[in-house]
Amino acid sequence: MAALDPHAAVVAGASGAAPDVTAAPLTTADGRPLARALARSQARARRRAFLLVLPLLAFVIITFVIPIGQMLHRSMYNDGFAAHMPQVSAWFHENPPGTQPDETAFAALAADLKTAADDRTIGIVGTRINYDVPGTRSLFTSTGRKAKSGFQPPYQAALVEADPKWGDPQLWRAMRNASTAYTSNFYLAALDRTRDDQGKVVMAPERQQVYVMLFKRTLLLSLLITFTTFLLGFPIAHLLATLPARKSNLLMILVLLPFWTSLLVRTTAWMVLLQQQGVINDILVWLGIIDSNGRLQMIYNQMGTIIAMTHILLPFMILPLYSVMRTINPSYVRAARSLGATSWTAFRRVYFPLTLPGLGAGALLVFILAVGYYITPALVGGSTGQLISNMIAMHMTETLNWSMAAALAAILLGAVLVLYWIYDRLVGIDNLKLG
Amino acid sequence: MSVPAATDGFVVFDHVQKSYDGQTLVVKDLNLSIGKGEFLTMLGPSGSGKTTCLMMLAGFETATHGEIRLDGRNINDVPPHKRGIGMVFQNYALFPHMSVGENLAFPLEVRGMSRAERDSRITRALDMVQMGQLRNRRPAQLSGGQQQRIALARALVFDPKLVLMDEPLGALDKQLREHMQYEIKALHDRLGITVVYVTHDQGEALTMSDRIAVFNDGRIQQLAAPSELYEKPQNSFVAGFIGENNKLAGTIEKLDGDRAVVRLPTGELIDATAVNVREAGQHTLVSIRPERVEFKPEMMPQGAHTIDAEVRDVIYMGDILRARMKVAGSEDFVMKFRNTLGQTRLEPGQHIRIGWNPQDARALDPV
Repeated sequence: MAALDPHAAVVAGASGAAPDVTAAPLTTADGRPLARALARSQARARRRAFLLVLPLLAFVIITFVIPIGQMLHRSMYNDGFAAHMPQVSAWFHENPPGTQPDETAFAALAADLKTAADDRTIGIVGTRINYDVPGTRSLFTSTGRKAKSGFQPPYQAALVEADPKWGDPQLWRAMRNASTAYTSNFYLAALDRTRDDQGKVVMAPERQQVYVMLFKRTLLLSLLITFTTFLLGFPIAHLLATLPARKSNLLMILVLLPFWTSLLVRTTAWMVLLQQQGVINDILVWLGIIDSNGRLQMIYNQMGTIIAMTHILLPFMILPLYSVMRTINPSYVRAARSLGATSWTAFRRVYFPLTLPGLGAGALLVFILAVGYYITPALVGGSTGQLISNMIAMHMTETLNWSMAAALAAILLGAVLVLYWIYDRLVGIDNLKLG
Repeated sequence: MSVPAATDGFVVFDHVQKSYDGQTLVVKDLNLSIGKGEFLTMLGPSGSGKTTCLMMLAGFETATHGEIRLDGRNINDVPPHKRGIGMVFQNYALFPHMSVGENLAFPLEVRGMSRAERDSRITRALDMVQMGQLRNRRPAQLSGGQQQRIALARALVFDPKLVLMDEPLGALDKQLREHMQYEIKALHDRLGITVVYVTHDQGEALTMSDRIAVFNDGRIQQLAAPSELYEKPQNSFVAGFIGENNKLAGTIEKLDGDRAVVRLPTGELIDATAVNVREAGQHTLVSIRPERVEFKPEMMPQGAHTIDAEVRDVIYMGDILRARMKVAGSEDFVMKFRNTLGQTRLEPGQHIRIGWNPQDARALDPV
């Protein structure tokens, strides 16, 4: 073969004549080791490159890494109870879980309540316990007011008399859980789990189990939306890549148009179209396809979320697909056809596999964006179209349980990273082409 | 090399016309008959319609008018995958996501061939191009020359009746290109397949073809064997396109059968063979090959006219010497002569008398 292919001959000759580099380290003309001389000569350029990216690096660290780190820290750290109720926290540490609160415990509680009321930190303590036992914030503040004038021993009887809720084992369980600043309880709650009297992990009461269902729904809906964007986007991307330049530019503007209008405007437009007294229902009734009493519910449920999010995320699927398809030489399909493949076989065996890097990139983009989407499901999702991000937003803005929000977000992040890892194993990140 | 009879008609273009925009014709009334086992080259500048003809034959373009027949059957409405034509593309078009073996298996799989049959055919095809050891490589891991051979093997592996090649050697460097020309030619001779080859490289066309169809402006300008094309161009375009040519404009002084005497603008007379001139007084363009120009009186036939030439410069090209001269007002008259021991050395500024055998000068249509 070498004799027939001049290139092969040249390559073989070059490798055959290559000097043995392992024998001795190479040196420069004046005797310094080559590797060190190379490093020195490149150090300046490397320093300059680093200085150039430094502003961006600082920006990312200050606005991204540090806040996210703080959020993640907050998901397992909350000292609202432990820091302001030191005596009763100490009692929890000394006695194993399951111990009935005795007079010592109530004495410590009464002392802590008085201190916290005097320091005006009783509200923080109440808020912390309120996360676990709803409606207890007022218990703390009202008992705190009474504690200012001082409880008399026996404290157990005095406190229970002030409010019978102080004898509730559930409240004591919540206080024990909150008595350490570092806790896994938020993660447990985010997975619909809680601790029983013995401190063992058990399922939360059935009517409180919402998060796992929401995680599942979020992942399923995101997969479904990724798939519908693929179904709708693939032909458009192909058209974009094959049309003559003028038509394809026009089509590209239409594809990008959604990017130029506000997200709220687009979502509102969907409301106008899809609601029961909306355009589509009106047309269907007018055509006689459905009865006026049988108007379709297409919004304020899961369907609304799917339709609106597919529309909004479509460009993220089309653009990477288009950029890959544009580079596929039409002669591949022609070659397949001339070799005897029908147009379907040529598509399936040759064209489609070549678009996979773009499809992978688009799918990953759409999926990750969909998993974290929040405004659209909040506006058009009704109750069945809510995603986990809406729950995170609720904890951030309404219940102010930031630790819970952080735990939910951390689990979501973990789930996405796991999927990303699976994707890397199956498809390979090297096979990704964003543009 | 024998030229198969054109009337055999394995592939026939019958009054084929092609237009892309409905305004202009890219192919204007093409009539061409290709014999079985023939190696026919479509040669022409870009935009001359040669690739369009190939694409119509392969089935990727439809003829606007006329009929294309393969083995006596009209194939105008036969889709590409049912034509059974092997094709080698300019950029090879090897499927990048398949190994060499899978690339070769593709045409056999879509034909529903059994695994054992596929295996033996792939082995045979790879051995044919001496690439048997590369079966598990990806196309990206191959050199240009290796990819070229694999593309060739893939086009031949399903035993097509006809193989089309669209500038298959365009991306290779000169040395490898010349080498592959001989290999493709040898394969053609050995397998006895019919080849239609498209190129804009005249050297390639001359080396490989049984016949060459020179395309320009959507028409075949001349269809002939390489030697005839080179030595007896039928018009100015072919004379200018194939090889290097000197062109002298003049008027016919005397016409006697196919012997013509042409008067140059400077008043001098030269001899020529009349090709497509009809009468005395007509304008003409006389074409002479640089290697057929003589400057030694003993090499010229008796009574031949000679004209004055002033040497501008002489370029040393190794095997030959190339002298650029001023002749009859033209600054770019070129003469090539062999670099032999004792060859006369010409100096710039030197005045010589040049002439030629009347058969070598052809009086053609003026452009």
